Amino acid sequence: MTQALVRIEGVSKSFGSFQAVKNVSLQIEKGEIFSLLGGSGCGKTTLLRMLAGFEAPTQGRIFIDGVDMAAVPPWERPVHMMFQSYALFPHMSVEKNVGYGLKHEAMSPADRKARVREMLELVQLTPFATRKPHQISGGQRQRVALARALARQPKLLLLDEPLAALDKKLREHTQFELMSIQERTGVTFIVVTHDQEEAMTLSDRIAVMDQGVVRQVGRPGAVYEFPNSKFVANFLGSINAFEASVTALGDQISVDVPALGQSVQARAVGGLIVGQNVTMALRPEKITIHRTPVEGDNVLAGEIKDLAYFGKDSLYRVALPSGALVSVHAVNAARASDDDRLADWYDKVWLSFDPSSVLLLTD
Amino acid sequence: MIARWFHRRGWSDLVIGLPYVWLLIFFLIPFLIVVAMSFGTRTSTAPPFGFGGENPAINLAGYARLFSDTLYIRAFVTSLTNAAGAMVLCLLIGYPMALGLTRVDRGWRNILLMLVILPFWTSFLLRVYAWMGLMGSNSWFNKLLTGAWNWLVPQAWDVANVPLMHSNFAVVLVMVYTYLPFMILPLYANLERLDPTLDEAAMDLGSRPFAVFRDVTLPQSIPGIIAGGMLVFIPAAGELVIPTLVGDSSSPMIGRVISDEFSSARDWPMASAVAVALLILMVGPMMIYSRFEARAQARERSE
Ligand SMILES: Nc1ncnc2c1ncn2[C@@H]1O[C@H](COP(=O)(O)OP(=O)(O)OP(=O)(O)O)[C@@H](O)[C@H]1O
Ligand SMILES: [Mg+2]
Repeated sequence: MTQALVRIEGVSKSFGSFQAVKNVSLQIEKGEIFSLLGGSGCGKTTLLRMLAGFEAPTQGRIFIDGVDMAAVPPWERPVHMMFQSYALFPHMSVEKNVGYGLKHEAMSPADRKARVREMLELVQLTPFATRKPHQISGGQRQRVALARALARQPKLLLLDEPLAALDKKLREHTQFELMSIQERTGVTFIVVTHDQEEAMTLSDRIAVMDQGVVRQVGRPGAVYEFPNSKFVANFLGSINAFEASVTALGDQISVDVPALGQSVQARAVGGLIVGQNVTMALRPEKITIHRTPVEGDNVLAGEIKDLAYFGKDSLYRVALPSGALVSVHAVNAARASDDDRLADWYDKVWLSFDPSSVLLLTD
Repeated sequence: MIARWFHRRGWSDLVIGLPYVWLLIFFLIPFLIVVAMSFGTRTSTAPPFGFGGENPAINLAGYARLFSDTLYIRAFVTSLTNAAGAMVLCLLIGYPMALGLTRVDRGWRNILLMLVILPFWTSFLLRVYAWMGLMGSNSWFNKLLTGAWNWLVPQAWDVANVPLMHSNFAVVLVMVYTYLPFMILPLYANLERLDPTLDEAAMDLGSRPFAVFRDVTLPQSIPGIIAGGMLVFIPAAGELVIPTLVGDSSSPMIGRVISDEFSSARDWPMASAVAVALLILMVGPMMIYSRFEARAQARERSE
């Protein structure tokens, strides 16, 4: 096993009495795209600034490539940052911006020029080389910032909400561009974002943060399908969550869910005891809607209360006799006109789901 | 109709127009009178100049004397070097102060800014007299300097006191003291608007603090340097009071020459010729600069 490129060990950061980052420990491997995902003000930028060297951790240590960064000033770190505001130098041309970091590199002017040209080609900005930042579009500025940060071949690239300023279409396009650039350069990326879809698309791994604390780290699929807490489950996608208590352990775990007025079978997981209070959670797309009664465990009867048609899929809100509301997400696989679609307002429906889809969360 | 005109274009016309009217009445017309006077001939009438009659309609004698009499050339050179010296010193002292002001926190910043403009609250003359007191050969300040000098240098170079007063050094010193706020304030206004993340970006790309200053802060503060420089240089070059009170009377500055020609010599045409020459000397470089700047901008836009 190779040594991790970045090791963050028990790092905390306080501003006065306010703790912005609390005891964060992370390991980031070489060549990965690692996302820091979390709501506004949860400490993502602060963590990034500590990696770049603009803030000193109040506690804990940061190692990059095995070297303790405590005494290393920003200009000596093998780390470059792409700022949320891009921070392009307004008095320099695109070319000069991209080449700025190379001034500190021992290389001949010809090599430097070639490197700038290569970077501009990488981000497809060659025709704009002599323009000033205010003479190009927002998306182009973003690419200049990326080229500038990549020019010196950093070991680690920090991107603070790199796509936040772009419109939806451009953002999706740029996401793939970023991924392909990362693949070609092999540089390790740490991407800060508060957009969960962006994090899922881009990343090899995600760390979900909440109020300065890392709540869960893992591959996008793992974090989505096996969230370790209600917070993470809620933050990544939507979820139906109900209070429940464990009634029986075995091949399957039975939990009693008062809000649903019945018990639910879940796949066995360790660490639970009979009588324990848990949260029973279920992703809306894991539930199937039926128009006729179905037999078996994990079936709920209800009535369509609300329905939102998105084109490729629809979201239903189903009211149970107990009064609880369950969200169900269904793909509109067959083309249906208004009167013969899967279900309509006030239709009586039956919901079923697999025990393996049920999440039992203790946190 | 009129009401609508007043609502839409009226106000902007008025707001743009007022300064022009002001400049026309209080600057352009008097200046044209001065230009006209400079072509007149000195007479013993009142006012003491005339055109035509036994005199030539346009008399260029004043302008000719600007070049023939070395008094004027020397006065111009003294004025420009003193003003340039004051400007450079103000920049060297004022730039770090302005930069420092942008780096302290808000509460302190207002207090320090107050201190920068505090001297304006006492009379300018009073402050110049205070400097005269300090620099005079019997002052504690002069004695201190004299003592330090005599202690530092070999005995052969000992002096009874340091000759501060009545020198160009004294003029520059007092002008730096007087005009420093005019350098600091525009520089501060300029530096304060700069984005601090640009400094971080430069640092992130490998620049040490000095390189950050040289590559990022300094180039972006050039407009502030030019504004502050002009605000110091232009009044300093025409300064009258400071050189009169603390300067060397054997090498007068141009303001003194103009004043003398007007009052004691009663040679208004000559005084006017000197004033016009001073204005050309000041405005010429400014116009060349702004022309150059406009062209650079136009080129940038067309690219
Ligand atoms: N220099 C500072 N002084 C005091 N508090 C600060 C400072 N910098 C950040 N904070 C606080 O630390 C917390 C975390 O800030 P941070 O900028 O890391 O959030 P973030 O996760 O990047 O949020 P966003 O998604 O809005 O950018 C915030 O509550 C913020 O107010
Ligand atoms: Mg942030």
